[in-house]
Amino acid sequence: MNLQAIRAIYGFEMARTKRTLLQSVVSPVISTSLYFVVFGSAIGARMAQVEHVAYGAFIVPGLMMLTLLTQSIANASFAIYFPRFTGTIYEVLSAPVSPFEIVCGYVGAAATKSVLLGLIILATAALFVPMEVRHPFWMLGFLVLTAVTFSLFGFIIGIWADGFERLQLIPMLIVTPLTFLGGTFYSLDMLPPVWRTLTLFNPVVYLISGFRWSFFGLSDVAVEVSFGMTLGFLAICLLIVSWMFRTGYRLKS
Amino acid sequence: MLQAASLPSATPSAPPAASPGRGVVSVRAVSKTYATGHSALKNINLEIAPGEIFALLGPNGAGKTTLISIICGLVNATSGEVRVAGHHIVDDYRAARSRIGLVPQELATDSFETVWASVSFSRGLFGKAANPAYIEQVLKSLSLWEKRDAKIMTLSGGMKRRLLIAKALSHEPEVLFLDEPTAGVDVELRRDMWRLVRALKDKGTTIILTTHYIEEAEEMADRVGVINRGEIILVEDKATLMRKLGQKQLTIELSAPLEQVPEAIASYGLVRSADGRKLTYSYGAEGAEDEPPIGRLLSDLAAAGIGFDDLRTAQSSLEDIFVSLVRPHP
Repeated sequence: MNLQAIRAIYGFEMARTKRTLLQSVVSPVISTSLYFVVFGSAIGARMAQVEHVAYGAFIVPGLMMLTLLTQSIANASFAIYFPRFTGTIYEVLSAPVSPFEIVCGYVGAAATKSVLLGLIILATAALFVPMEVRHPFWMLGFLVLTAVTFSLFGFIIGIWADGFERLQLIPMLIVTPLTFLGGTFYSLDMLPPVWRTLTLFNPVVYLISGFRWSFFGLSDVAVEVSFGMTLGFLAICLLIVSWMFRTGYRLKS
Repeated sequence: MLQAASLPSATPSAPPAASPGRGVVSVRAVSKTYATGHSALKNINLEIAPGEIFALLGPNGAGKTTLISIICGLVNATSGEVRVAGHHIVDDYRAARSRIGLVPQELATDSFETVWASVSFSRGLFGKAANPAYIEQVLKSLSLWEKRDAKIMTLSGGMKRRLLIAKALSHEPEVLFLDEPTAGVDVELRRDMWRLVRALKDKGTTIILTTHYIEEAEEMADRVGVINRGEIILVEDKATLMRKLGQKQLTIELSAPLEQVPEAIASYGLVRSADGRKLTYSYGAEGAEDEPPIGRLLSDLAAAGIGFDDLRTAQSSLEDIFVSLVRPHP
């Protein structure tokens, strides 16, 4: 195991975050805070509780998940796409580094950033609404697992993309709408039966549901199913990344 | 100015471990056909001896970069086998790659990073623990020390080229690949680079360079390989190559114009200039055991009553040899 290489890639990526602190950390925190102000304090104050949880607090797990998903994808996809774009990827590919170590470095850094962001957003939310975390171990578990899974997904997008436009395509057109429609701002029980059934085909529902359960003990689907779905998505991403390195897809000719 | 004399040595603890009879880089029957069907390399065989400077010459698209990329693990070979210091580049890639340093043709750098961070990153990638003293030595030897905290985007093209060399040297490689190292750099820097390469060789590093500049190969290489259309058409010791294929020409400036070459000296194959004032005699540059009959020619000219005012000799350069090798034959 080339631990020095993992450390080098991880350190390089974290240093990039430090350089771009405003864009990497401050910007998503401000965006999410705005959601709290608008949906939590302004509109939320006029809304009824959802299953005995104040609406402002109810949306916190969903908003954390929204940030986690978008930032994990953005961080990891940019981290691997940019070296491809500039040509500096030659160095990583010609070094004595295994695909596993490369993924550990890039995905590890992207996931770390996302987890930190999630925790900062949680701390920010506590300033606006009263918060409780009933199952902190599970909360952290879902947080880390989702960050790793979606960082892997972002890594896949970063290898697949052949331009900056494509880099944004899946996060903008697929992930963000699925997150908004996955129960970020509402419980599935609030939907008509047909829409509720349709929503169950949205994988993000399971992530948000499990995560919300760790906060309030409330879930739209069984927490075991949520956990299983997250692990399943992680396995799929690992298989795709493994295939990409085995075949050299868009990395080696 | 590059301070070549202060260059750090290649890792002393890891001597080249080439198998007996094999080079430190051994390329056996390597072919590469891209998905488009383009055959970039055809059955390449090449052995690079430890500590030599090997120049790979070839026109654009000949397959030079593809060959280097395969050895360095950037491109998958379609068939064949490559070993570096006896280690298979696929089955034992860690051992093989850890011995290689690559300076790519393109100035691919992380614009927002500092010189120090970028070189340290390269060292870490190759599994080496941080060694600030060594990095300092490398940067000083490449005249980059003063720029260690500068962002790469602020460096000139020549400095970026040197930075790429520093990155390639950061993990103390035994074999250094320089893909067009002096492309786009000015004459002074080019000569500095040559001094640097010689210094690296003196320290025991094996150097394989591709170049368009024949002058570069002529100046530095111990051996020369010529690749054209994906095939190695010649690998030869540079001096031997010059001797075997180089042509010499003797130009005789005559005292008086000559209407035609007299029968008595026709056997020399002299070429008369259009104005009849010069005769040109071409002969091979093969070694002393096959001396050209210059003295006899001059005696024969005197006997034929042909006077001359001046004599000039010229020897074909590696460039002439290269051009004659890769020129399409009718």
